[in-house]
Amino acid sequence: MSVFVFLEGSEGKIKKSSKEAISYAVEVGKIIGDDEIIAIVLGVYEDTDLEKLGNNGATRVINVNDEKLNENQISIYAQIISEIIQSGSANLVIMTKSSFSDNVGARIAGKTGASIVSNVVSLPDVSSGFSVRKSIFTGKAFATVSLSGEKKVLIIKRNVIELMENGDKADVEKNPIPDNLKFNEKITGLEKAEGDILLDDAEIVVSGGRGLKGPENWGMIEELARALGAATGCSKPVSDIGWRPHHEHVGQTGVKVSPNLYIAVGISGAIQHLAGVNSSKVLVAINEDPDAPFFKAADYGIVGDAFEIIPKLTEKIKSL
Amino acid sequence: MKILVCITHVPDTTAKISFTNDNTKFNEAGIQFIIGPYDDYALAKAVELKDTHGGSITVLNVGEASTEPTIRKALAIGADDAIRINANPMDSMYVAQQIAEIAKQEKYDLILMGRESIDYNNGIVHGIVGALLDMPSISPVMLLDIEGTTAKLAREIEGGKEFLEVELPFVAGCQEPIAEWKIPNMRGIMTARTKPLKVVEPVPFNPASGTVSYESLPEKGSVKLIDPENAEELIDLLKNEEKVL
Ligand SMILES: Cc1cc2nc3c(=O)[nH]c(=O)nc-3n(C[C@H](O)[C@H](O)[C@H](O)COP(=O)(O)OP(=O)(O)OC[C@H]3O[C@@H](n4cnc5c(N)ncnc54)[C@H](O)[C@@H]3O)c2cc1C
Ligand SMILES: Nc1ncnc2c1ncn2[C@@H]1O[C@H](COP(=O)(O)O)[C@@H](O)[C@H]1O
Repeated sequence: MSVFVFLEGSEGKIKKSSKEAISYAVEVGKIIGDDEIIAIVLGVYEDTDLEKLGNNGATRVINVNDEKLNENQISIYAQIISEIIQSGSANLVIMTKSSFSDNVGARIAGKTGASIVSNVVSLPDVSSGFSVRKSIFTGKAFATVSLSGEKKVLIIKRNVIELMENGDKADVEKNPIPDNLKFNEKITGLEKAEGDILLDDAEIVVSGGRGLKGPENWGMIEELARALGAATGCSKPVSDIGWRPHHEHVGQTGVKVSPNLYIAVGISGAIQHLAGVNSSKVLVAINEDPDAPFFKAADYGIVGDAFEIIPKLTEKIKSL
Repeated sequence: MKILVCITHVPDTTAKISFTNDNTKFNEAGIQFIIGPYDDYALAKAVELKDTHGGSITVLNVGEASTEPTIRKALAIGADDAIRINANPMDSMYVAQQIAEIAKQEKYDLILMGRESIDYNNGIVHGIVGALLDMPSISPVMLLDIEGTTAKLAREIEGGKEFLEVELPFVAGCQEPIAEWKIPNMRGIMTARTKPLKVVEPVPFNPASGTVSYESLPEKGSVKLIDPENAEELIDLLKNEEKVL
């Protein structure tokens, strides 16, 4: 038996966060006794990049190498993967959570009748049945969920597993594009932040809040982020008033991040903001108000004026 | 245009999350329940679409009788009628099956949901419903305009937006800034009391997953404060103690 992994790419590159799902699948395979890990990649990619998925644990790669799949169309992807699953012998499909994969995973479950669980943060426990831990209440708690269906879709959270690198190469198999596809969604354009580190992929995030007073003061946040190799984020009011783009907004109603280090500057620490950051490894708060609620959640804090503190930190990093 | 809005009944965003019965049950004591914030965006968008295009808005919740005050609030905000499917929403597949069943009978032009529920955070009910009804499902949607039978949308992707077009009918999972949250006015609150709320029994369907137990987040230790005069010390700690730099 084998385990399927759906890998997502963008502009001809497979996402790193997505590759974590292969390494997760390898561990699952060890637990349930399946040693074939099949990665499914749709669209045109370099053969060497596909082979290299072996490095992360894939034994075989199924690639539907067709330009028509270069755009991430939700229903088409789900349809193709559902067919691959139904024709194969695998009962388990794994993918990493993202704004695209959530849709694809959900539709696969709808089409195949698989049990599905999202936001998975642990390897399965198969001591009685099949259960996993998932994050709930926007990071404020966990639930252990058991899945009883024969087919299962697991959508794992990022950073749940270390990306494995063992130097192996995978066999690449090319499948033709099915001819019965119904193209429902027409993608007409993309708008992407260029050259920045994506919030979701970042190991370090520096976020600014209303305490920064205005968009013109973000230069120091960006400079600190650059020095750290970090992505920039913000609180909801900051994106609501248009100081920063919407995709930077972190929290309950925005992006949920789980970096190694999250630095919050001039953010009060409202519970809805904390909900998006509380699975970070180390939390740092910089705020002039010693009673700011962020200090209750943070590991490290500096009580003081961000306009004085941030340049000092940036300088120190640069001197390292 | 006939719009269905699916709403959840969830603890408000500031609620303290704890569990009882040996961590097998969510502790509802002292909790205030609200319409899920993303579902609230879906509802607000439905009200805007109805204002421009006419039509009707039905709100739907899969839940037990205790969710009715939340459903009434949606009626006060602007839905015309409501359906409650009388069941404990056990898992996403179960909820989606129930929603799809209603949608098959009623043939809505548009099904709006939130991008995710804030209790279970699955972000998948809309996708399952879309697949069950064999219609497109798109999430998280930040912009939605409808001209005739074509919708133009923007979907949030990591680090940006994707623009797309799709034909009605379809399912969308909504998030800001699709519309501004609406607050019920006096007239809305008055009329909500008499708007129809139909209770429907669920179709039989065995849930394929179930929650075995819950766990609260471990308590955080106290914060280590650094003297702002020696702010640089933070960097040393992050590098040498925490090893995150
Ligand atoms: C349903 C719902 C969902 C929400 N979702 C989110 C969400 O996803 N994300 C989110 O962020 N918010 C969310 N919010 C809003 C949230 O409740 C807060 O209003 C918001 O997080 C506050 O943003 P802030 O900390 O930037 O601003 P403020 O609360 O105004 O805080 C500014 C802080 O800056 C400090 N400050 C001022 N000047 C300086 C200085 N010179 N140096 C250092 N510090 C300074 C102040 O002491 C203060 O603590 C949501 C609210 C609701 C109701
Ligand atoms: N019990 C329910 N009743 C009605 N709609 C629901 C229910 N659960 C989830 N939904 C809808 O599905 C969306 C996504 O939920 P989820 O997949 O649980 O994150 C929510 O924002 C709601 O619009």
